[in-house]
Amino acid sequence: MPHVHEGRPHYHFKPYNVGRWIVWGSYALVLIIAPLLWTSSLSLTMLSQMGIAIIACLAFNMLLGQGGMLSFGHAVYSGLGSFFAIHALNWVSAGQLWLPVSLVPLVGGVFGAMFAILLGYVTTKKAGTPFAMITLGVGELVAAMALMFPGFFGGEGGISGNRVAGQPFLGITFGPQVQLYWLIAAYTFACTAAMFAFTRTPLGRMLNAVRDNPERVEFIGYSTQSVRYLAFIASGFFMGISGGLGALNFEIVTAEVVGAARSGAYLLFTFLGGAVFFFGPIIGAVLMVFSLVLLSELTLAWLLYLGLVFLFMVMYAPGGISSLIMMNLRLASFGKLREVWAAYLAFAGAAFVILAGAGAMIEMIYHLQLNQALGPELRFMGAQLNARSANSWFGAGLLLATGSAMFELTRRVFVRHWDQIEEDIEKEIKRREALA
Amino acid sequence: MSSFAIELKDLRKRFGKTEIIRGASLAVARGERVAIIGPNGAGKSTLFNLISGRLAPTSGEVHLHGRRIDGKPPFEINRLGLARSFQVSNLFTRLSVFENIRCAVLWSLGYRYAFWKFLADLTDANDRTEEVLEMIKLDRRRDVLATNLTYAEQRALEIGVTIAGGADVVLLDEPTAGMSKSETRRFVSLIRDVTAGKTLLTVEHDMGVVFGLADKIAVLVYGEVIAFDAPDAVRANPRVQEAYLGSVLADAQTADASRWQET
Repeated sequence: MPHVHEGRPHYHFKPYNVGRWIVWGSYALVLIIAPLLWTSSLSLTMLSQMGIAIIACLAFNMLLGQGGMLSFGHAVYSGLGSFFAIHALNWVSAGQLWLPVSLVPLVGGVFGAMFAILLGYVTTKKAGTPFAMITLGVGELVAAMALMFPGFFGGEGGISGNRVAGQPFLGITFGPQVQLYWLIAAYTFACTAAMFAFTRTPLGRMLNAVRDNPERVEFIGYSTQSVRYLAFIASGFFMGISGGLGALNFEIVTAEVVGAARSGAYLLFTFLGGAVFFFGPIIGAVLMVFSLVLLSELTLAWLLYLGLVFLFMVMYAPGGISSLIMMNLRLASFGKLREVWAAYLAFAGAAFVILAGAGAMIEMIYHLQLNQALGPELRFMGAQLNARSANSWFGAGLLLATGSAMFELTRRVFVRHWDQIEEDIEKEIKRREALA
Repeated sequence: MSSFAIELKDLRKRFGKTEIIRGASLAVARGERVAIIGPNGAGKSTLFNLISGRLAPTSGEVHLHGRRIDGKPPFEINRLGLARSFQVSNLFTRLSVFENIRCAVLWSLGYRYAFWKFLADLTDANDRTEEVLEMIKLDRRRDVLATNLTYAEQRALEIGVTIAGGADVVLLDEPTAGMSKSETRRFVSLIRDVTAGKTLLTVEHDMGVVFGLADKIAVLVYGEVIAFDAPDAVRANPRVQEAYLGSVLADAQTADASRWQET
């Protein structure tokens, strides 16, 4: 499959960058319009969670995509942020602390950063695989501690709170979900902007340099350890804000927010969205909420499907969805997109057939294992299946085989076609350079 | 004492039981241009690694402008005014040519770990970057990713990243390794331009490059500096002839094959 291209100039001569205003304007617009279009309580809940997840995934990607640091325990910082935020909220409720509820997420951010200062000092002493191992260890450590100190972490039941606390400001109590959504949207926009700005600063750029070649960084005056440490603290701050918003949103914080499953979700979805481009994790975060909320309702086997999607992504498009988008935008800018439409349709068809075949099999297995009391019959994609009949299994197997064959055939033709297009584009670039 | 830019005093480096550098001593005056030559395995690259902080010596001292630097981490040595290049291009592969140079400029202009300033507003850093791009003649390739450059361009960028920070002592490890004859000739004049007025140490196998770049030659054999003098005097030195130049003649036939080899 094609390589990922990210050849964008970072330096602008123009005093105003029109494109950037349009992009950030539309981002704000989407955040504003979304709750007006989808008004049901489920969609409001999901939109709120998306905002929270966007901050977390972007903060995670400060390390993964921009710094080349793979953290297996990043839920520690969002989770500890959540716990401190919910305690702060409870102190506000009890009148022991004066703090507007809208600033409670910042408490999470401050404590996220403080724990990043504390734990990150150890973690960022190493890079690469040792770094990943230490984050894993620290994650386990904090997860274990969460169950050892029930006074602070609330044990199995967690700590609950009430976000309607203190004096309402201009009639805003944050009681209704939509009011909280606006708060989350404001934080999401501000944090996204701040994290994007970070990528344009000396520290942000040196972080990229550390990702690409830590050895050379040491020979141009920078300590790689300091760069990693500072980036880790910044990431911890934003993770904490995300955790603080989560505490306000759910009004309960349990030990699972610091757990390995949560850390894994950040990693998986940031990767799916794409770590190469700044906006990749935003896509990943939206997918995360869709799959955690909707997919898990749709099928018991959702984690299995998720795992398969992840596997395919790693194998065929390691740059994630965002790099797929950028590759096709590049094609479009050279007027080549219409040449690949047919192939994309074929891919979609093949994917659908594979999904039908593999999905039927997976659902039948799950049905046999978990719902046997209901009899062997089940419905899947509008078809009546019998998990005990050879017919259903044979049909599903045939679908899977056909789909896989279609996929492989399309893939082979497509790769050749894609290489041809890339060659044409390279030639076109050379031609334009020669003209310039 | 401090009139020397670089001074090595009885420097030793041992890997396990093998001693690679065995009491090397060398004093390079400010503004001198020195080529370090020696047969394969003499320890030339190890010597560079000891000076630049990539390795810590087993014993002995390294002084930079009279300050002791042995055992310091590379970034501190760099901040004191010493920069080095690498034999195998060592670049920020996923960053553009422009960004590669700008990264190398930032510390020397005092931006340190700033996250409250935008790169685009750092006029002095951007101007200096442009200046370096023109010096290494890559200004037309500024937005190309380092990984997509041709080999010769990568070598030029390697030099650019090395000199961009304005260090006054520059160490170049086989800057022309793997280049064609005509490329090498052009490259030698480029190196001479960008290192004008600086103290230069270079490891080189190509005798043409050595005589083109250096005022003085240091001959390293089995981890010891056996001669350090002007080119003609070194050529006439019987110890050098015995220990090294004889094998150079033999090497000349296989020069192309051995040029890329790590010493």
